[in-house]
Amino acid sequence: MAVTSRGAARVVPLAPAVVLLALFMLGPVVWSFYGSFTNAALTGPAALNPEWIGFDNYTALFGDPNFPKSLWLTVVFLFLSAVVGQNVMGILLAGLLRSAVKPVRSIASTVVVAAWVLPEIVAAFAAYAFFHTEGTLNTMLAGVGIAGHDWLYSTPMLAVILANIWRGTAFSMMVYSAALAEVPPELTEAAQLDGANGLQRLAWVTLPVIRRSISTNLMLTTLQTLSVFTLIYVMTGGGPGTDSSTLPILAYQEAFKFAQVGYGTAIATVMIIVGAVFSVIYIRALRPEVD
Amino acid sequence: MRTARFFIAPVTAAALALSLGACGSGGGGSDDATIKVAYQKFGNFTQADELFKDVKVDFEEANPGVTVELVPIEAQQNDYFTKLALMNRSPSTAPDVMYEDTYMIKSDVEAGYLAPLDDYLAEWDEWDQFVDSAKEAGAGDDGKTYGVSMGTDTRGLWFNKDVLAKAGLPEDWAPKSWDELLEAARAIKESDPDVVPFNMYSGKPQGEAAVMQGFEMLLYGTGDTLYEDGKWVLGSQGFIESLEFIETVFTEGLAPTPQQALDTNIGNTVQAEWLPEGKVGIALDGSWVAGNWLESGVAPWPEWSEKMGTAPMPTQDGQEPGAVSMSGGWTLAMGAGSENPDAAFEFISMALNRENSLWFDVANSQIAVRTDVAEDPEYTESNPTTEFFTDLVDVTHFRPATSDYPKVSNEIMVAMESVMTGQQTPEEAAAVYDEAVAGIVGDENTIQG
Repeated sequence: MAVTSRGAARVVPLAPAVVLLALFMLGPVVWSFYGSFTNAALTGPAALNPEWIGFDNYTALFGDPNFPKSLWLTVVFLFLSAVVGQNVMGILLAGLLRSAVKPVRSIASTVVVAAWVLPEIVAAFAAYAFFHTEGTLNTMLAGVGIAGHDWLYSTPMLAVILANIWRGTAFSMMVYSAALAEVPPELTEAAQLDGANGLQRLAWVTLPVIRRSISTNLMLTTLQTLSVFTLIYVMTGGGPGTDSSTLPILAYQEAFKFAQVGYGTAIATVMIIVGAVFSVIYIRALRPEVD
Repeated sequence: MRTARFFIAPVTAAALALSLGACGSGGGGSDDATIKVAYQKFGNFTQADELFKDVKVDFEEANPGVTVELVPIEAQQNDYFTKLALMNRSPSTAPDVMYEDTYMIKSDVEAGYLAPLDDYLAEWDEWDQFVDSAKEAGAGDDGKTYGVSMGTDTRGLWFNKDVLAKAGLPEDWAPKSWDELLEAARAIKESDPDVVPFNMYSGKPQGEAAVMQGFEMLLYGTGDTLYEDGKWVLGSQGFIESLEFIETVFTEGLAPTPQQALDTNIGNTVQAEWLPEGKVGIALDGSWVAGNWLESGVAPWPEWSEKMGTAPMPTQDGQEPGAVSMSGGWTLAMGAGSENPDAAFEFISMALNRENSLWFDVANSQIAVRTDVAEDPEYTESNPTTEFFTDLVDVTHFRPATSDYPKVSNEIMVAMESVMTGQQTPEEAAAVYDEAVAGIVGDENTIQG
């Protein structure tokens, strides 16, 4: 009896949070699963009476040659721009800025953070203007005598990956700056006394100490990058053809351009699963041991 | 913390799902004394906006107590359909009157967005002024009429006489086959490499313009067709050869570069800038293009009638009837959920009375569908190309009149884009199209061409 009432006393304060989470976070997920099993559409008979069509959307999706390509582009985009780009750049910048003199530190971090502060649509237009055939980058290259390149058309993935690194690095840099500041100096000093060089100190002392920040940061940047839509849509529209159509672009195209909402929702559901898989991997791989 | 982690994971990805799922809900009603009129206003197309602004003033004067709320949707064609469909899904945003493309009518009727107008039309003494083809264009699969036609159109070749003269081509140039068209384009390229020899719309960003002004103008000149006796034609030679034509113009540099062609704004640019400035030689485009250059248009160009020539789009090898055209057109339709259907129809009949139809057909270079407008000297003398484009009605084709057409049209855009960007050969793209169409309409509704 005492146990039950203690249990209830613990649950009550959590209830509002759980209800909100269920309503605004779990709700859409469940709705997305449901919608992906219907033929909901924006026009035609299915707009009036969507029907339950079982796994038809998924069968069609897995048979669509654009889908594996889109999934692959999403993974490439995630890995290169978030996992490698933003995290490595973020930790490097954080490390370099720690040892930089104050004016350099303030100027450099302001420049980096500026990209993060911009609203996504503004950042996307800025990146578009930068990479456009007659844009800033090609003009600068022409200034030093290098022939330009039509970035957005010939190498659309490279362009959007670079743009996403530019936009997202500030977040990782701030997370790692905070984490590095927490590394106890006596640990690195002790390692130095034991004869460890800079690289060894980073690999065996600093990184293990900040591994929980790494795990959290990897998860956040991965999930942010998985849902990047505006940046790619403004820069390339998913094209040319489908050469930069990641899953969010493909879902938008099917649902809103081609009016097949049910099919688009099936793609969104696949994204939820991809995101969940990545999260589980990070949580497992970097599970904090007792310390 | 564990709970939070469990939830964080799917949340970001779910944001999109949320926006997808949310489009079905909504509620509330509109003010009784208000009718909402939704229409497209994009780039150079401002004529509908002007028309409805004028009609709003007259309508409110004639109907005290009723307010007209104009909802101009600034979006490219296919995005316009999407926004209109989203508005129609919620009673609180559904328009009472909407500017509706004829090819969306059957599909939107099945979606329950449109109200039949037969009872109103039976009492409208001006309805017999509309030609039969215009009445048919506004019909749903159930035979009822859902849209009142604002005008129709045809398509053909526009060319800048100065550019052609430089390439040694005559003022009355008229190609007899695709090869002659391509030869002319090559001659223009040789005479001035900075000029785009030939423009046709292609790819997903151009939407239905690419399919109708581009692909179908080719396909219907090969002798093959999209849809025959109630079945979709798959695997036809004409389909592949039309894609081969697209491949030729884009790989030989006879068309704009693919990145220019895939820019959402290329239609506006070609019509308002490149043609007047002599940066495009030949353009495969609609009869309404001259509307840009009239005094009332967005890019007035008084000399256009001397500088621009027109020629019918030839059939592939010059086979009978020698030329090809496609016709569509837009209508005004009434929302199924309208709480003021009487006022909504009143607005439609006022917007499409003789005077306003005349104004719109002239300003937007439409082919009149009202007999009294078609005979009016103000219409016949408004534009030196009116006669040319009206005569194309003899060789014109209509898009498959089925509610599946908009979906099939999307697959054509996809095929065009993958060919113009070199990602697929015409045969591969046609095979992908065949499979997609069979998936949309079902194998039993297809035949091999």
